[in-house]
Amino acid sequence: MINGGVRLSYAKRILYVDLTTGKTETKPLKEELAKNYIGGIGLGMRLFLDNSKEGADPLSPENPLIFITGPLTGTMAPSAGNSYAVVSKSPLTGGINESKAHGFFGAELKRAGYDAIIFTGKSEKLVYAWIDDDSVQLIDAKHLTGKSPQETEETIREELGDWYVRVSAIGEAGEKLVRVGCIINDEFRAIGRGGMGAVMGSKNLKAVAVRGTNDVNVANLEEFTEFVRTIYERMKGPATRKYRTLGTPENVLVLNALAALPTRNFSQATFEGAEKVSGEYLNERYVKKIIGCATCGMRCDHIALVPEGEYKGTTSRVEFECLWALGPLCGVDRLDAIIEAIYQCNHYGIDGISSGVIVAFAMDLYENGIITKKDTDGLDLSFGNHEALVETIKRMGSRKGWLGDVLAEGSMRAAEKIGKGAEKYANHIKGMELPGFDLRTLKTAALGFSVSFRGACHLRSGAYSPDVKGKVDRFKIEKGRGKIVMDGEDLYNVVDSLILCKFSRGVMYEGLKDMAKYYTLATGFKMTPEELIKAGERINNLARVINIREGKGTREYDTLPWKIMNVPVPDEGVAKGAVVNQKEFDIGLDDYYSVRGWTKEGIPTPEKLKELGLGNLVSIVEKKIGSKN
Amino acid sequence: MPTIHEKKFVSGDPSKCIGCTVCEYACSMEHEKTFNPTKSRIRAVRLNPFVNLAVACRLCEDSPCVAACPRDALSQSEETGIILVDEDKCNGCGWCIEACDYGAIQLHPETKVVFTCDLCDGEPKCVEWCPEEALDFTTKDILAQKARITAVKKLFQEALKSEK
Repeated sequence: MINGGVRLSYAKRILYVDLTTGKTETKPLKEELAKNYIGGIGLGMRLFLDNSKEGADPLSPENPLIFITGPLTGTMAPSAGNSYAVVSKSPLTGGINESKAHGFFGAELKRAGYDAIIFTGKSEKLVYAWIDDDSVQLIDAKHLTGKSPQETEETIREELGDWYVRVSAIGEAGEKLVRVGCIINDEFRAIGRGGMGAVMGSKNLKAVAVRGTNDVNVANLEEFTEFVRTIYERMKGPATRKYRTLGTPENVLVLNALAALPTRNFSQATFEGAEKVSGEYLNERYVKKIIGCATCGMRCDHIALVPEGEYKGTTSRVEFECLWALGPLCGVDRLDAIIEAIYQCNHYGIDGISSGVIVAFAMDLYENGIITKKDTDGLDLSFGNHEALVETIKRMGSRKGWLGDVLAEGSMRAAEKIGKGAEKYANHIKGMELPGFDLRTLKTAALGFSVSFRGACHLRSGAYSPDVKGKVDRFKIEKGRGKIVMDGEDLYNVVDSLILCKFSRGVMYEGLKDMAKYYTLATGFKMTPEELIKAGERINNLARVINIREGKGTREYDTLPWKIMNVPVPDEGVAKGAVVNQKEFDIGLDDYYSVRGWTKEGIPTPEKLKELGLGNLVSIVEKKIGSKN
Repeated sequence: MPTIHEKKFVSGDPSKCIGCTVCEYACSMEHEKTFNPTKSRIRAVRLNPFVNLAVACRLCEDSPCVAACPRDALSQSEETGIILVDEDKCNGCGWCIEACDYGAIQLHPETKVVFTCDLCDGEPKCVEWCPEEALDFTTKDILAQKARITAVKKLFQEALKSEK
C-alpha cells in the first residue's frame, strides 16, 4: 500500500521528474481530478494545462512531457488493462497532443505505483529514467545514443538484469528532434502521432524503464471479474472479427471500392495496385503469426515476415494506416517493400502515417519539378519507386542530407522551407499529416478531421464511419454533421481516457453504460453514463481551450489541405469530380461550433465552460473573444 | 497408486501461445485476489513476436525441487503430483528455484517463501481464461498420444486426403 490510503485501480500518485535538476517527488492524485477527467488523455491534458506555461516552444525544456495510465490499467480489463498515453505540446501542430499505446509497458507503470509521470526541464546529457517501484533514477544513456527503440529495450533489460523490465524508448529520430519522431514500447507498439518522440529527445530522455511489483486492486473483485469474463467472451464474437482475421488492412479494398483510398499523394482516390497490397494478399503471403497485448482476449497484431527477395527476413507488425501511407499513397504496390518501410519507421522511431505522407509529398514535388535530383542527392523520387521510399525514410529518420533534414520537419514546415508553391502538395491539418481516408469522398470525415484538436486524425471522432457505412450522403456536408462529429469526439474522449483500445470499442455492447460500469467496479468511484459523456465533452473543451491559449484553437486553424478543396477526384466512377467546397465546409464548421456551444470563431463561450465545470479557464477564452470582436 | 498417466498438469502449446499474460492475471486473481503477475504461479515468456510460451510446474517425477530442499519443506503429493510447500519450514533459501529447469517454482514477493502451481483444486483458472486455448490441463501420456497422432497424420497426408 502506498501513501497509507486504499489504492484501488488508481495508484493515486503522480511522479514528478525534473530532468534539469534530477530531482523527483511524488504528489497525490486529487480524487476530484480523477473523476472529472477519468485518466488517459483527459487527465493527461488537464495535468498538462496545470503544469505548463503559455507559449512554450514544444521542443524547449518548458514543455512538460506526461506519461499517463488509465483507471483500468494494471487490471485484467481486456485492452484497457495494458495501456498508457503520452501528452505534451506537439512540435508538429504547436497545440495539444495525445497519443496512446498498448502492449505491456502501461500495466508495469501502474504496478510501480503511478498514475502519471510528469517530466519537466531538460537533462544535460542523454539519460534514461529507471523506475523500480519507489526508486527513481536517471541513468547515463550515452551508450544508447543512436540506438533503435528495440535495441534500447534489449540493452536496458540486459544491463538491469531483469527480463521483465518494460521499456518505452525513442530512436535516433527522437534524439535528432525529427518532428514526426515517436515513442515505442514492447518492440512495435507506438505512441505514434504528433511527434512525442521529438519532445522526449529534446529533453535528452532516451527511455523510460519500469519495474512494478505492487498489487493493482479493484473495488469489487467479484463483479469486476464477472464483467471482464463477459468482455472476453464478446471478444471472440462479431465485434472483433475484422481485427482477428484480416486485420485493419481489410480497409484497402473497402476504401478502394468507395474511391476513398488516397493514392499518389491524393492525386487519385483509387489504386490500380490495391489487390496486391490488400489485407487478403498480405495474410495469404506474409502474415506468419497473429499475437496480442497483455490482458487482451482478442489478437490483432498481424506479424508479417518477408519470405524472399531483396527484403527477405524483414519482420513488421502491419496495420492499414502505415500500409496505406507507405504503399498506395507513394504509388508502391509491393508489400515486401512496405513491410521493410514499416520496419525502418520502427527502427528510427518515426510515425509511419506521417512518414508515408511526407515521402508522398516529396515524390509529388519531384514529379512536378519543384525538387530535382540535385536536391535529392541523385535519388529518383518518382511515385512507385520502392527503393527511394525506403531510402527517404532512412534519411528522414536520421536527418541525413538536405532532403532528410527538410522532410524531418514535417510536411507543413518542409513546404514553407521549400517554397515554390510546395504547400499545395502538403497534406496536413494543423501541421499533422492526414491518415488514409480521402476527405473529398468522405465528407463527414473531412469535417471531423478539420476540427480535431490534435490535427488530422481519424481516431479523434471516427467521423469516417458514417460515410463508409453509408449512413449519410458521403459526398456532401450539411447541417447535422456537426452533431455526428461532436458525439463521436465526446465518446472517443471517454474511450481514450479509459484508454480502451479502439479495436475493442465494439465489445462495449451497451456503450457508455458498459464503460461506466467498468469504471465504477474498478475504481470504486460511482460513475453514470451521463457523467461519463459529460466528461468526454469537458475533455474536448479543455483541449480546445489549451489550443486557444497557444494561439492555435480558432476557426482559421480548422482547415483542410489544398488538394482536398481544389483538386477534384479524377477517377472515373461515382466519385469523379468530388471536392470539398468552401461553402459546404463553412456550413459544417458553423453547424459544429453551434452544437458545441462555441462562438462563430470556434471559441467555447464562458457559459459553456462554466456548465462543464471549467469556470477557471474562462479568462483564457475571454481574452480571445475580446480580441476577435 | 496413481501413475504418471493420471497426473494432470498445465502445459502450454507454443504454436498457440501468444504471450498475452492473461494466464498470469487469472492466476493472481484466483490465488491472491489481486492483479499482479509477480504473484502468478504461471509465467509467460515472449522471446520475440513469433516465440511465446507460458510455463508452469510440470509435476516432474522425483522432483528435483523436492530433492534440493535442505529443510524438508517441499513434498510431492502422491495423489496429484503437485508440489506442497510447508511454509513454516521454508526459509526462502532458493535451492529449489535453482534446481527447477523451468523456472516454475518462485519466491513469493510478500511471504518470502516459495510458491508454485497447485492446479486450483483440479480446475486451473489459467486454462479456463486463456483466450487462445493454448493451455491444456493434460497428462504426459495424452501429450504423447497427440504428438503421435499429429506425426502420423503428417506422414500419411496423401492417404488421408484420398479417403475423403
